[in-house]
Amino acid sequence: MALLTVKDLTLGYDSREIVSDLHFSVNAGDYLCIIGENGSGKTTLMRTLLHLQSPMAGQILAGDGLKLNEIGYLPQQTIVQKDFPASVSEIVLSGCQGRCGLRPFYGKEEKKLAKENMVRMGVSNLAGRCYRELSGGQQQRVLLARALCATRKVLLLDEPVSGLDPKVTADMYELISKLNREGITIIMISHDISAAMRYATHILHIGDSVFFGTRDEYLRSDAGRIFLSQKEGGENT
Amino acid sequence: MIDKLLMYLSYPFVQNALIVGVLIALCSSLLGVTLVLKRFSFIGDGLSHVAFGAMCIAGVVGLTNDMLLILPVTIVSAVLLLRKGQRAKIKGDAAIAMISVGAMAFGYLIMNVFSTSSNLTGDVCTTLFGSMSILTLRRSTVWICAILSVVVVIIFVLFYNKIFAITFDEEFAIATGTNAERYNLVLAVIIAVIIVLGMNLVGSLLVSALVIFPALSAMRVFRSFKSVTVCSAVLSVVCAMSGMIISILTGTPVGSTIVAVDVGAFAVCYVIGWITGGARK
Repeated sequence: MALLTVKDLTLGYDSREIVSDLHFSVNAGDYLCIIGENGSGKTTLMRTLLHLQSPMAGQILAGDGLKLNEIGYLPQQTIVQKDFPASVSEIVLSGCQGRCGLRPFYGKEEKKLAKENMVRMGVSNLAGRCYRELSGGQQQRVLLARALCATRKVLLLDEPVSGLDPKVTADMYELISKLNREGITIIMISHDISAAMRYATHILHIGDSVFFGTRDEYLRSDAGRIFLSQKEGGENT
Repeated sequence: MIDKLLMYLSYPFVQNALIVGVLIALCSSLLGVTLVLKRFSFIGDGLSHVAFGAMCIAGVVGLTNDMLLILPVTIVSAVLLLRKGQRAKIKGDAAIAMISVGAMAFGYLIMNVFSTSSNLTGDVCTTLFGSMSILTLRRSTVWICAILSVVVVIIFVLFYNKIFAITFDEEFAIATGTNAERYNLVLAVIIAVIIVLGMNLVGSLLVSALVIFPALSAMRVFRSFKSVTVCSAVLSVVCAMSGMIISILTGTPVGSTIVAVDVGAFAVCYVIGWITGGARK
């Protein structure tokens, strides 16, 4: 059974349909990139997968013993966070909130988990620093460490490299790829086609035409060829 | 001057006022950070207007303990406003403006039409600016304020981590299994209680100053959520204490004196933040 199975999903808001009849499944260990033009419903799909909004039709099934609160999420940064007075360790620890339930305080186990993930993301030396004073790349690593506190299985990333410079972007992709090799399933929204082609095992293209399959299938498909040539054309001009 | 102060402090009603003032200042500062960061600063203001309306009605109906009416009305409004904020046709700030101004108008209207008091302007002024009412608190009100303050502090401590999670990133919290709706509800109720408590100290027009100034001051100087929260609590208590003492000694109105001290503290913190921030960069 797949980790996540999406059946006949129709997405949209205010009774306006954006995407209809979406089918795909994600298996443990996959690296799925969701690509498509702006406004094609990528973020809406992500929000639906996270149960932040309900689908207009269709189902999202979780398998392999995946519980709905075991999904880690790396959102795009909000304005609130830009001037939020919080230390790195406070933020990473807040990723454990979901597993606390009604318990008011974090226990030893959560603190240990937060520490491990800070080390894993290379931000443990920043633990006492204020989040808003960090660089963009450091902030993303902190949020990634927080997401890892919430999950051992699946990470959903919404444009994880937007606003980062090329060097930091490359580091970020390497880091995500490393997590994938360690067994964490990755679902990522991306604008960056070349990176998607390089790292992803599966591609979900949404827009006028919907495609889902492995990366190699995508490269051979019509949808893939058209989209890639457009992108390349766009980048060259 | 010291003699005068000691003389005043020996009166039980002054002691009561100071205890209640400190407790109210403590709990009003706790949620300031959350309100400022969630862009909810005006909710405090709006709710205090609603509470003013409720107070007018309570006065006209002749309730012996007006808290019984003010508290539920304010809590309901707070819940509605925070709920509506997310998916309303009328956007949050406009809804707050509508409710608060409406409540105020009706409150004053009702007071004017039905009141039997001979000093209407004085009554209104007292409700709006708090005047000296802190020194003339009844014993029952003192008890209610004390108990509610303690309850607010306990709830805040118990929910501290959850409040942090939904303030920093509500979507992440929901996605990872935190029941944000429930905690927003808790937040709304606490805010309402704080506003009603604060009105006793500084009056309904000034109460949001009590909520946001300590938080804004602390945010200038400190850089983690915990230190900001602790600092704003300490700052709020110190400002309220010194404000009350100054007002006792010089005979100025309690509410505006406390807020003036709060503003002064903000200026000091702003300068400190500017200096240390500049040094760090």
